[in-house]
Amino acid sequence: MLERRAAIATLLANRPDDLFIVPGLGSTTYDLASLGDDDRNFYLWGAMGGAAMIGLGVALARPDLKVAVITGDGEMLMGLGALATIGVQRPSNLAVIVFDNGHYGETGMQASHTHATVDLPAVARGCGIADVSEASTGAELKALAAKLLNLDGPIFARVRIAADDPPRVLPLRDGVELKLRFRRAAEALHA
Amino acid sequence: MNVRQGELGVAATVPKRGDPPSWPDQIFDILKRGDIRQVGYVPDAGHSRLINRCKADPAIRDVVLTTEEEGIALAAGAWLGGQRSVLLMQSSGVGNCINMLSLIKNCRFPLLTLVTMRGEWAEFNPWQVPMGSIVEPVLRLTDTLVYRVERAEEVAETVEAALDLAFGGDLSVAVLLSQRLIGRKVWTK
Repeated sequence: MLERRAAIATLLANRPDDLFIVPGLGSTTYDLASLGDDDRNFYLWGAMGGAAMIGLGVALARPDLKVAVITGDGEMLMGLGALATIGVQRPSNLAVIVFDNGHYGETGMQASHTHATVDLPAVARGCGIADVSEASTGAELKALAAKLLNLDGPIFARVRIAADDPPRVLPLRDGVELKLRFRRAAEALHA
Repeated sequence: MNVRQGELGVAATVPKRGDPPSWPDQIFDILKRGDIRQVGYVPDAGHSRLINRCKADPAIRDVVLTTEEEGIALAAGAWLGGQRSVLLMQSSGVGNCINMLSLIKNCRFPLLTLVTMRGEWAEFNPWQVPMGSIVEPVLRLTDTLVYRVERAEEVAETVEAALDLAFGGDLSVAVLLSQRLIGRKVWTK
């Protein structure tokens, strides 16, 4: 089991310029913000179940960029159909990474479906995503980070994290500003 | 114009040479002129011709969705990546979108949605009526601007105006294509 803040730091220790990130609402948004603010982060404060599809839209629009959706098990469970849609679209520049602690951290640590019977990597495989991996050690996490640098997706990864609740790091909440700065950052990378 | 039974038991029109373009073809031309590059849809008989036109165009990415709310998030992502998109759905799908539309309102994303209506004129299936009959007020409550089309000759100008409004003003705009326009669903073959 990994500690979530250490896990995100390891995962993005060598974040390339062309890696754009959509975190899910709640804990993964705070995790990403804990590394410092970045125009290439589209923090979500709502739209639960939508992170993977937002990532898909960006990935299809900009095949020259890399897109990582980094979300929690609860957020992914609300939008499982997105894995089916991504499995059909097969964007090579999209990674969906689920920080899975089997619990809803934002609402009082109630157990989620993944704590019981649901196996998200098996769901991803069943949706036709060929590259599915798990990371529950530092070495496996580094291997996942290396995969992001040479992304050949779509990939799905489950990062097994402890069910803890580190201090919240609250980023920008203004949706219009988040939208404009992300889009400009993407435009700035046009060849 | 000949009329024949479609695959899904829906009357499909087969244009003959010399016919003016059908309204789905007119919509397709407007989407092309408007530089729409992604089309999210849940399969729907009323949109079938438009969906087929989009699928046949290599410059348009057609994204089949499992539920309509996926398409709201897809449209937001497309815009973040610099592309325009359109979302196609049937009236029953509008109800699936409500919370996700908060993404559009909070971030002021442009969103163009084309809704084929069920549960109204000549509806045979009462299960379509509860959602179909509240589409307009529900969309208005989400701050979506709603335009309704009853006649084929109004389709092109309405969709064109909606597209300009959505992408010119960063607004959520929906065009409701009425059941009278689409035609009766044929229930027996």
